[in-house]
Amino acid sequence: MNSTSSKPAPLGFRSRGFDFASFAFTGITGLATLFILLILGIILANIAWHGWGTFSWRFLTGSADQDMFDVNKAGVLPMLIGTTLRVMLMTLFVVPIGVITAVYLTEYANSTALTTRIIRGAVNNLAGVPSIVFGLFGLGFFISFIGGALDAGATEPHWGKPAILWASLTLAVMTLPLVIVATEESLRAITPGLREASLALGATKLETILKIVLPEALPGILTGGILAVGRAGGEVAPILFTGAAYYMRDLPKGPTDQFMDLGYHVFILSTQSPDIEKTRPILFATVLALLLLTLSLNLVAVIVRARVRKKMRAGH
Amino acid sequence: MAAFSPSQVTLNARPPAEGAGTPLIQTDSVNLHYGTTQALKNISVTLGERHVTAFIGPSGCGKSTFLRCFNRMNDLIDSVRVTGSIKIGGQDIYSPDVDVIELRKRIGMVFQRSNPFPKSIYDNITYGLKLHGMKAKSDLDAAVEQSLRSAALWDEVKDRLNTSAMGLSGGQQQRLCIARAIAIKPEILLMDEPASALDPIATAKIEELIIELKREFTIVIVTHNMQQAARISDFTAFFYLGELIEFGPTAKLFTNPSKKQTEDYVTGRFG
Repeated sequence: MNSTSSKPAPLGFRSRGFDFASFAFTGITGLATLFILLILGIILANIAWHGWGTFSWRFLTGSADQDMFDVNKAGVLPMLIGTTLRVMLMTLFVVPIGVITAVYLTEYANSTALTTRIIRGAVNNLAGVPSIVFGLFGLGFFISFIGGALDAGATEPHWGKPAILWASLTLAVMTLPLVIVATEESLRAITPGLREASLALGATKLETILKIVLPEALPGILTGGILAVGRAGGEVAPILFTGAAYYMRDLPKGPTDQFMDLGYHVFILSTQSPDIEKTRPILFATVLALLLLTLSLNLVAVIVRARVRKKMRAGH
Repeated sequence: MAAFSPSQVTLNARPPAEGAGTPLIQTDSVNLHYGTTQALKNISVTLGERHVTAFIGPSGCGKSTFLRCFNRMNDLIDSVRVTGSIKIGGQDIYSPDVDVIELRKRIGMVFQRSNPFPKSIYDNITYGLKLHGMKAKSDLDAAVEQSLRSAALWDEVKDRLNTSAMGLSGGQQQRLCIARAIAIKPEILLMDEPASALDPIATAKIEELIIELKREFTIVIVTHNMQQAARISDFTAFFYLGELIEFGPTAKLFTNPSKKQTEDYVTGRFG
């Protein structure tokens, strides 16, 4: 290796010594990751620590009939049900509409045409709109415009008032970009060979989309649904004017009823309490309930997706 | 199926090159443009029934494009424009009253990269059959067995028809694609380099299969492999830069070509 001739030294395997740049970069990226984990850990530990004492079966299944600011009486069952219902109702709207839009954009629209580019841009912009703006949009469009039109001639508003239907629709509009983008990605990832094989067998474009393309894209569609559920589960701003109630004695019985919501209840507990110190345990327990609810809603969706994937690999 | 409609005859049409046997596919002055680039120039050729015709030529010579004219797969690309006439069994397949779905039912296709559906072996075969109206389980079962036997795959998969086609080897997948194509009983089978991604043993199996299938089907195969063309085809067409340079019986084209370019290509001097 110690060549002293004028020939260039052969490639050696000897270490070039301590590589500071690599060391520093590994350190910085590692620290950044650690920082995120630390923040997450602090948040979760803090909530669990302060909320655990109040978090009980009685708390989860208790109604809000009694004083909602009384540690010994407060319960969150109506909020758990309200939030679950509004998320499920939203999924019913956002998944079909999002999937159909994504199918149009990837399978039918001419990808270079100006209209397609405008639609894509609009979808991306929709994702960047602050959620409070969606709340105001829901109030103006769904409640005043659509609800008002449905109520035309009636003496008392039936549709034109805050309701779980309008809250769910508002959330659906807000989460639409998530479903569209996830579906579009999974549609584009399908090898063109599959579409060609189907068409070459004499399938129409519609048959190819329904029987080959969409089943193949199902895991991606479910991913979009999971993202939408995760985003909407804890959102408060969009439902503030469109359906969430401060207090209701009964559970919502129909789509035009209002509902109590966990996220909104956290807001109420932290701003409306007569004695903030006394209600703090309820606040933490409610936050814990909200976290566990969004986690389990996500978990259900993830399990469904895993089963679909397994089924697809098995062939049927 | 659409009624026969006369094609527009171009004035400077060359007489079609003749293949022996009953003519099944006749093309007359076919020109194809992708946008402003011309991919096929004035191709006139007649392919006989129950022959294996090989299309050979260097990459980009237009042989695959020409093959895809026969089942109008080129329709999927917006910028493609085809002129001239292509008649199959006397019918102009580019006539406006032709139903492309019917056409593709009668003309099967096997692609370069095997593309089984991510479904079970059974569902791969029955996909086309169900599309075209076969419903009875007994009919479907019989058709699955028959087409898998014809594709020399039955013995290997008969015990796992309900498992995913994705679990098959590359060669088996390609034979499954052949079985899927012949299940709907087409008259013509188009094959676009069906063995180019396979190992020599799997390739040999596909070649045996093609020779076997010739008894029932008219086969047009695009290949890069000249030995393959020589082994399995009755007629060979040599394409170069979008033109049909020479067409004739395979033995003659490989041993005694009439064009200098053909000779240079088949002897490996360029390509």
